This record gives sequence, structure tokens and C-alpha cells, in this order.
Amino acid sequence: MCGIVGLYIKDPLLEPELGALLAGMLAVMSDRGPDSAGFAVYGSGGEGRIKLTLRGVDLAGVAAAIGDAQGTVRDTHLVLEIAASDEDRVRGWLALNRPDLVVIGAGKRIELYKEVGLPADVARRFDLAGMRGTHGIGHTRMATESAVTTDGAHPFSTGADQCLVHNGSLSNHRSLRRMLEPRGIRFATDNDSEVAAGYLSWKLREGATLAQALEAGLDDLDGFFTFVVGTENGFAVLRDPISCKPAVMAETDRYVAFGSEYRALVGLPGIEKARVFEPEPARVYAWERN
Amino acid sequence: MQVVDLAVTPKRELNGRLHALPADTGETAWRIDNPQGQHALVAGLNAPLHVEIAGHAGYYCAGMNQHATVVVRGNVGVGVAENMMSGRVHVKGDASQSAGATAHGGLLVIDGDASARCGISMKGVDIVVKGSIGPMSAFMAQSGALVVLGDAGDALGDSIYEARLYVRGQVKSLGADCIEKEMREEHRAQLSALLDAAGADARPDEFRRYGSARRLYNFHVDHAGAY
Repeated sequence: MCGIVGLYIKDPLLEPELGALLAGMLAVMSDRGPDSAGFAVYGSGGEGRIKLTLRGVDLAGVAAAIGDAQGTVRDTHLVLEIAASDEDRVRGWLALNRPDLVVIGAGKRIELYKEVGLPADVARRFDLAGMRGTHGIGHTRMATESAVTTDGAHPFSTGADQCLVHNGSLSNHRSLRRMLEPRGIRFATDNDSEVAAGYLSWKLREGATLAQALEAGLDDLDGFFTFVVGTENGFAVLRDPISCKPAVMAETDRYVAFGSEYRALVGLPGIEKARVFEPEPARVYAWERN
Repeated sequence: MQVVDLAVTPKRELNGRLHALPADTGETAWRIDNPQGQHALVAGLNAPLHVEIAGHAGYYCAGMNQHATVVVRGNVGVGVAENMMSGRVHVKGDASQSAGATAHGGLLVIDGDASARCGISMKGVDIVVKGSIGPMSAFMAQSGALVVLGDAGDALGDSIYEARLYVRGQVKSLGADCIEKEMREEHRAQLSALLDAAGADARPDEFRRYGSARRLYNFHVDHAGAY
């Protein structure tokens, strides 16, 4: 199983509510994935600044020790806001002084959180309901291909401001990993979904648009999948050609929403009047703002 | 009319109340408010009820239905009217995958589209879809009729037995052992009756009929070398 939710805001007046809406959607999907949960939120970003999301313990003094960094601790995660030009120094400092901390997301606007536990609890621990942003995606996991660990929780991020959640399983992830690693795509886990994220990162790096990268995935990824993908300004959905895993979408003037089941969308404003539809198999649905 | 608000009443309580009704009940008219996409709504009915669901329903809505008429004023999730035996289920919106799967009887009407595997392994049900249907529909269909006013996706009727498929629009591709067949008078009469029953605005002569070539029924001795 696994549950996926996604919300892409069109109406800026709704941006302060992104986290609260996403938290509600995530909690409903507990039945599909009670093992662990995670989410990525695209919030504010400063010119020339980047955010690194770190996971670990003893996070309180890290920002001060690094210097020239703003840190926000939420439970087991720390978001460091630094000058983009300072990224190499900060990563170097972390590798040397705090090798126990894992960088799970990086980019201008992305913040990424994941933990083992019931989705509603995970959302509460990180205060998802208090977050604002333009779009966010979330995942509730029922583990099949690898262990119930925080490392195995989604979303996976393998490129700046990119993240992916996956319902399904891939059968050629080993061979794809062998193809991608020599091309400079780094993986932190043995998880099949992380390979899908890495594949898209590679395509995007080679100049593909988000839609083109997903189109190419239809040929290269073997297995079952419903993906929801986020980039700094975009949001996309793709299902495998036999639509093995469920998906429902809703669109209004104010947002585009995705859920593994319609139940996840019930709490959204104006859902009664939304255009509710099932995304077709092997067809890329993408929204991007300029 | 009995009105049950699922924002207040748990779904199991609703289904329990409906299951407890005797076949000759006088409480035949029901309306379900705030369904909120819940699963297994009004599944297992076994009395001549008229149930209206005022919104979107989740998986297996009206599954195993006998005798009842269920109208859904919204979309339905996977497996609407799965294994229906008799009665009528009418979806005013779209249906997700496997609509009418394995159903033995009754009439399933979908005003919008139905996605993949509509009528999979159908065993006698009649299904009328006023929109289009997704890929792999009527897979291993055994009997009954599937009427589609719009288009059909890939591999229509793969490994079909004796169900009759009527499609007005384009068929993207036919599955193994499914072929176009001649539309004779008996088929036009059946189709005309189904279109009337579903309240569908279409003429039988606009449709093409598809069915089994009957080449997969039995082991063929000429193929023995392949095993």
C-alpha cells in the first residue's frame, strides 16, 4: 500500500493554510501507511540563500557553531538557512564535525521532514499545521521493499528543491542505480523509490523539463508506480501504464490536490465544487509557475 | 424518507441498519448525507430499497447489491457494484477502476467515465457507461453486456468469454481473442432496451459490437509442441 497526498496552491491567499490542509490529508491516509510518514513543504526562500534540512539529535547548537547560519529546530530535524555561496563550507563543516547528521533535503525553498510513526503524530511533532507555502507533498508508508526506518520514509530528495513520493515498487532499481551512480547521482539508502527520485534528478540535470523527465521514466522505470513530484516551482503526477496504484485529483481556481483516495481530499475548501478526476495511466500531469 | 448523516453516524452503524431490514420493509427510501468518500458504503443490501448517496463515495460502494436501487450523486472509487446480484446502481459522476467487477446481475449505469478494468470478469451484469472506459475493460468477461457511449481504452475484452460489448466511439485496441462481430437484430433489440433502461441518448445503429472469437476456450492439440 502507501498513501500519497499533494497540494499545489494557485491562490496566494491560501498559502498560509498549506501546512494545515496537508496535515489533514496526511492523517486520513494513515490506513494506507501507518509505519512512517514524511512531507516536503515549499515555503519562503531568500535571494542567494539556501536551506539544508538535517536529521539527527543534539541539534540546538549546530547553527551557532557553523556561524553565518540561521537554524530552526523541529523535533529531530534542523533547517539551516545559509548563503548559497557558503554551501560547500557548511557541508564540509558538517562532514568533519557532525558526521552523525544526515542532510535529507537542500534547495532554495524546500524543507523536508520524515519520521517513523503514525502520520498524524509525525505531522504534530514537526508542527506541519503551522507551515505555510506554495506547495507540498506527503507520504504515509506501509513498507514492502525495505525496512521500516526513517531512512526508508518518503519523500526522497536527490537534487536541489526536488522531491518525490512513490506508491508502488520498482523492479529494475538495482540496474538503474548502477547506471546513475557513475553519472554523479548519489543515493543515501537502498530504497527503490530513491532511485526513481535520482533518475528524475539526472534527467532534469540533463536539461529535461519536469514533464519530459517523467515521460522518459515511462520507458526506463520498470514496475508499479504512482509518483507525485515537487520542484521549486512545479508539481507533477504520473501513474504507470496499467494504473496499478490508485490516484484521485481535484482542481479548483485555488488549488490542485492529489490523494491516493478521495477521502484525503474531503477537508479541502470548496471540494464540493472541485473538478474531481482520476489521472489517466501513463499520462504526465504537471503544473508549473513562472 | 430516512436520512442518515455520515458526519454524525458511523458508517458501520448505517450499513448495519440497512442489513437488518426485512425484505418486506416499509422503510424503503433512504438518503445518505456527507458520504465523504468512505469505503463500502451501502454494501451488501438485500431488500428493495431506494438509497440515494448525496456526494462522492469510496471503494466498493453498493458491492454485492441485491434488489436495491442505489443512486450516487457524485463519483465512486474502485469496485462500485462489485459482485452485484440484482437491482440497480446509478453513478451520476465518474467511476474509478473495476466498476461492476464480477457482478452477476442487475444494471450498473455510470453517467460519466469509468477508468481501467470496467466490467472485469463480469458474470451477467449489464453495464451502461455514458462516457468512456479505461484500458483492460471487460477482461475475462463471462456474460452480460457492456455498453459504452464514448470510447474504450487499450485491450478491450482481453480473454473474453461470452459477454457482449457495444461501443459507440473509438476502441483503442482489442485484447486477445476479442473481435468485432456482426450486429444482428437480437443485438439491436438488447442494446435498445439497455439504452432505454439507462436513459441514454443514443441509437443502436451508432454502435459496434465486440465479443469472443472463442479461440482460447479449449486446449488445441496443434499447440501441444509449445508445452
